[in-house]
Amino acid sequence: MDSRQLYQEMILEHNKKPRNWGLLELSTHRSEGVNPLCGDHIFLSLRMADDRVEAVGFSGESCAICKASASMMTTLIKGRQRHEAEQMVQEFRDMTTGKLDPAAPHHLGRLTVFAGVRDLPTRVKCAVLPWHTLHAALAGADVTSTE
Amino acid sequence: MSNAVAALSAQEVQAIRQDFPILDLQVNHKPLVFLDNAASSQMPSAVMARWQHYHSAQHANIHRAVHYLSETATAEYEAARQKVQQFIGAAEAREIIFTSGTTESINLVAHSYGRSTLQAGDEIILTTLEHHSNIVPWQMVAEACGAKIRVVPINDHGEVDVDAYRCLFNAKTRIVGLTHVSNALGTINPVREMVAIAHQHGAVVLVDGAQAAPHLALNVQELDCDFYVFSGHKLCGPTGVGVLYGRAALLEAMPPYKGGGDMILTVTFERTTYAPIPAKFEAGTPAIGAVITLGAALDYLSNIGMDRIAAYEAQLLRYATNRLAAMPGVRLIGTATHKAAVLSFTVDGVHPHDLGSLLNDDGVAIRTGHHCAQPVMQRYGVAATCRASFAFYNTEAEIDVLAESVARVQQLFS
Repeated sequence: MDSRQLYQEMILEHNKKPRNWGLLELSTHRSEGVNPLCGDHIFLSLRMADDRVEAVGFSGESCAICKASASMMTTLIKGRQRHEAEQMVQEFRDMTTGKLDPAAPHHLGRLTVFAGVRDLPTRVKCAVLPWHTLHAALAGADVTSTE
Repeated sequence: MSNAVAALSAQEVQAIRQDFPILDLQVNHKPLVFLDNAASSQMPSAVMARWQHYHSAQHANIHRAVHYLSETATAEYEAARQKVQQFIGAAEAREIIFTSGTTESINLVAHSYGRSTLQAGDEIILTTLEHHSNIVPWQMVAEACGAKIRVVPINDHGEVDVDAYRCLFNAKTRIVGLTHVSNALGTINPVREMVAIAHQHGAVVLVDGAQAAPHLALNVQELDCDFYVFSGHKLCGPTGVGVLYGRAALLEAMPPYKGGGDMILTVTFERTTYAPIPAKFEAGTPAIGAVITLGAALDYLSNIGMDRIAAYEAQLLRYATNRLAAMPGVRLIGTATHKAAVLSFTVDGVHPHDLGSLLNDDGVAIRTGHHCAQPVMQRYGVAATCRASFAFYNTEAEIDVLAESVARVQQLFS
């Protein structure tokens, strides 16, 4: 697959103007995700209330795939219950590793734009890192790595 | 390098390219533009054929038997050792040890020489430019012996501060680990001068020549270094083989690194005696075919002439530097006065990983990341750079493809 197909408008847009950019001043959960092989570094902060994602913010230095994935992830999980967010983590992981057909029912919304990354093995970790970091934050871990 | 040396002509390079079948490959329906030579170089047909011939007519285990194939294989293996000796200008063939590569060579010296000579409080000097393989083994040994590592800084151009280097020496300095050519920035270090300073203070110098051996004519006696290391696969040879050059007196005094067959004279359960060099450091069956193939690679390069290769690559570097420096938003990282044909750069607003992926769509192979030189990245405040590294089979036309591809990516991200 031509990686250029992955770099379509939505991803470039989210890379340029990431949503929920900036760590929260008041947060209940935070985590840091690193992809040591390419240098992607994501910081994530969450404010949970009644087991619901009340607010979310992220920052860090990363490639466009990672940043866009993080940006779109934060818009999707805002307002969701913890278990819904965890389900999305699993679905995203499955979609990017070819285990979930984007045509089948799921909760990922416009994140299906990342489905093509399953054909680009060197970029899967970039797309998944923010989700990995979310999972770690929800579990109360401080730092996670793709390795 | 003499001004009188004629660089390779465009026609010569086209003829050379015919020797490399892989250069005809198409990637994503585009011609391959292979600019990742610092990571590993390509192998010409003649060198591949040497492997084939060895295994078709000459192979048996070496140093073992009195039959024809064993004697032939042994003779070819030792002939390869002499080719290496000549290629790097060593005084004796026994000063050439075959290893699995640069990394193993450095580990050998660090553990064999380092552990047997370093005492608590002793110091090792490394530079900011070092590849991880010339940092980590020393860290391991320093921890085991209670020695300390001191680091030579670099300036913004990526040049080692020789005055700062001089000031780091004291009565405790024992070893210097020094790269000849930086794999991340291309900087060529003033090795001779730095070795002389080290020797004034009684320290030994290991020079990492992994990026130098493919690009410069070498003479280890002129450099006067104590150890010199490099890998076969970076100069058109096979992976899995490399060289450690060491002064005979030092190697003879060093304890063995790996134990086993071939490195012994006699073995009893009471006492074992060791073989002289080079055998002492070549335990077990070596990568015979790979060593012989490496010899063929050195023949191939010597035939062209390392000085001519260096002159041509200098032209490529100038061309690439000028083209990229003229592009707004492209920052060159590593602008030393003396450089080998390695160009590290960043593009504003585009992460190296994205650039690398999109360039790959255009058939262009570059490297992105920290290049196993995280201290260099930290010095420049970047997590990663893009690196184009050239060989004598690259062309200016390929550099044009690189530049145009980068420009298209900038467009996409704007």
